[in-house]
Amino acid sequence: MKRLYLLLGLLLLVLLLLPLVLDKYALGIFVMIFFYAYLGQSWNVLTGFTGHISLGHALYVGIGAYVSTFLAQKFGLSPWLGMLAGGVLATLVALSLGFLGFRFGLRGVYFVILTISCAEIARLVVSHIDAVGSFSGIFLDFKPGLANFQFRGNLPYYYISLGFMVLGSLAVHLLARSRTGRLMVAIREDEQAALALGVNTFKYSMTTIGISAFMTSLAGTFYANYVYYLSPNSMFGMGLSIDLILRPIIGGLGTVLGPIIGSFVLTPLSEVSRAYFAKGGLEGMHLVLYGVLAILVVLFMRQGILVYIKRALKPLLKLED
Amino acid sequence: MLEVKGMDVYYGDLQALRGVSLTVGEGEVVSVIGSNGMGKSTTLKAISGLLHPRRGSIHYLGRDITRLSPSAIVELGISHVPEGRQVFPSLTVLENLQMGAQFPEPIRRGAQTMEQVFDYFPRLKERLEQKAGTLSGGEQQMLAIGRGLMSLPKLMMLDEPSLGLSPLLVETIFEIIHKISQQGTSLQIIEQNVHHALCISHRGYVLEDGAVALLGPSQELLSDPHVCKAYLGL
Repeated sequence: MKRLYLLLGLLLLVLLLLPLVLDKYALGIFVMIFFYAYLGQSWNVLTGFTGHISLGHALYVGIGAYVSTFLAQKFGLSPWLGMLAGGVLATLVALSLGFLGFRFGLRGVYFVILTISCAEIARLVVSHIDAVGSFSGIFLDFKPGLANFQFRGNLPYYYISLGFMVLGSLAVHLLARSRTGRLMVAIREDEQAALALGVNTFKYSMTTIGISAFMTSLAGTFYANYVYYLSPNSMFGMGLSIDLILRPIIGGLGTVLGPIIGSFVLTPLSEVSRAYFAKGGLEGMHLVLYGVLAILVVLFMRQGILVYIKRALKPLLKLED
Repeated sequence: MLEVKGMDVYYGDLQALRGVSLTVGEGEVVSVIGSNGMGKSTTLKAISGLLHPRRGSIHYLGRDITRLSPSAIVELGISHVPEGRQVFPSLTVLENLQMGAQFPEPIRRGAQTMEQVFDYFPRLKERLEQKAGTLSGGEQQMLAIGRGLMSLPKLMMLDEPSLGLSPLLVETIFEIIHKISQQGTSLQIIEQNVHHALCISHRGYVLEDGAVALLGPSQELLSDPHVCKAYLGL
């Protein structure tokens, strides 16, 4: 295990120094890698560790993006504070959704439908509120500065998103190793057995959906201030909800390194192939590629890529399991 | 200590239990026998709060527990070892055992209880750091029972502890269950393995079609012509 931490430390050092040799385009790709790894990690807390499948996590991204942007434009509040406000609102929304799902025993596909419906309702509601730009969305004014969460060039975004990924993963790592983390896994593996042992599965399910939504919404604020444009479809849409779960699935569900590895594999592939296919007039073709990759992983590598990487590195790192 | 009166349980519109009444006394071992689909597991689930009866009542140590949540019921001292050794496969043996202690008192006495569990099942001590999913069927059953003991139950309910085990292991498991009962824990055992269950219990109930068809001291049931014919194949 020690060697694994050493290796991860080395990799982090490389990532910290990498901007010295990267151009703006490559930096942008890394920002997306870190961003999606963090998003995947946030979703992983709920679905990977606790086993409640959410297909509507864009809901929380949207809340984070819209709340911080709205507060910044209306009241001049720094997005850093707006981010926390968004986090609180996202947590409250998630707890109400969780209450409906967990209190009334919605499981499996029914819970999935609940999460999709809530995200879609939010998308439609936001599409009709003029104060936040209704259908056409909001363009952010470009006011660079640390307090405004906006910067010239990609370098600051690189370090902020790297920070999100590293700190988010560290938080999930600590959570997973705690007593609560083991209870989460117990709920995923056998909720009935956990109940029979006296585990308050409702309480722990609520805790995880709250943590997951809070983390996810922070990424929303980041994203808004990175692309400068929010629309109901891009922030609350089904497309994002699916996009953000592919990395942990491909990397390895319910593991801390899974979402990161998944993002390092999938995000560059998606960005490069998007550019490549768009040049040839085949816009959207990269999504097909995505789909095929996801199917292949689900068919042949059920547990994700991480398992294979671990197996390959086992002798080198002296891993136990 | 446990008194179930006229309990009706439904799955949706389907009635699974019809007026089931049973009692378990202090220090007593009671077995509930019957074939598949007769409502044995449903009875246990209703007592442990995983299902709630539509009619009837459940009293435990003089207290009405009919509507309590499963976790409140475990806290009162009823432990339910579910059917099919539902251990948590990706947690280690140690972590699985720790899962059994959810409340302050059991957590405080965790180390001590665990030593007692190792006394019953020395095998678990050897496999402490192993993932539960890699254990054999017999070891998983031992782990499930051990985990059930971690909550310091006054009444332990075992759902088919012999399911899918080799005859030799069945002997071992029942010997240990017998030992546990001698330490003063009351037991309610659900079994298809009628002979073994009746041998270690004081009294037995025969469930047929969701209702109690027959009850009596285990010795009498063992020699009852109906039980012999239907369950012991004699």
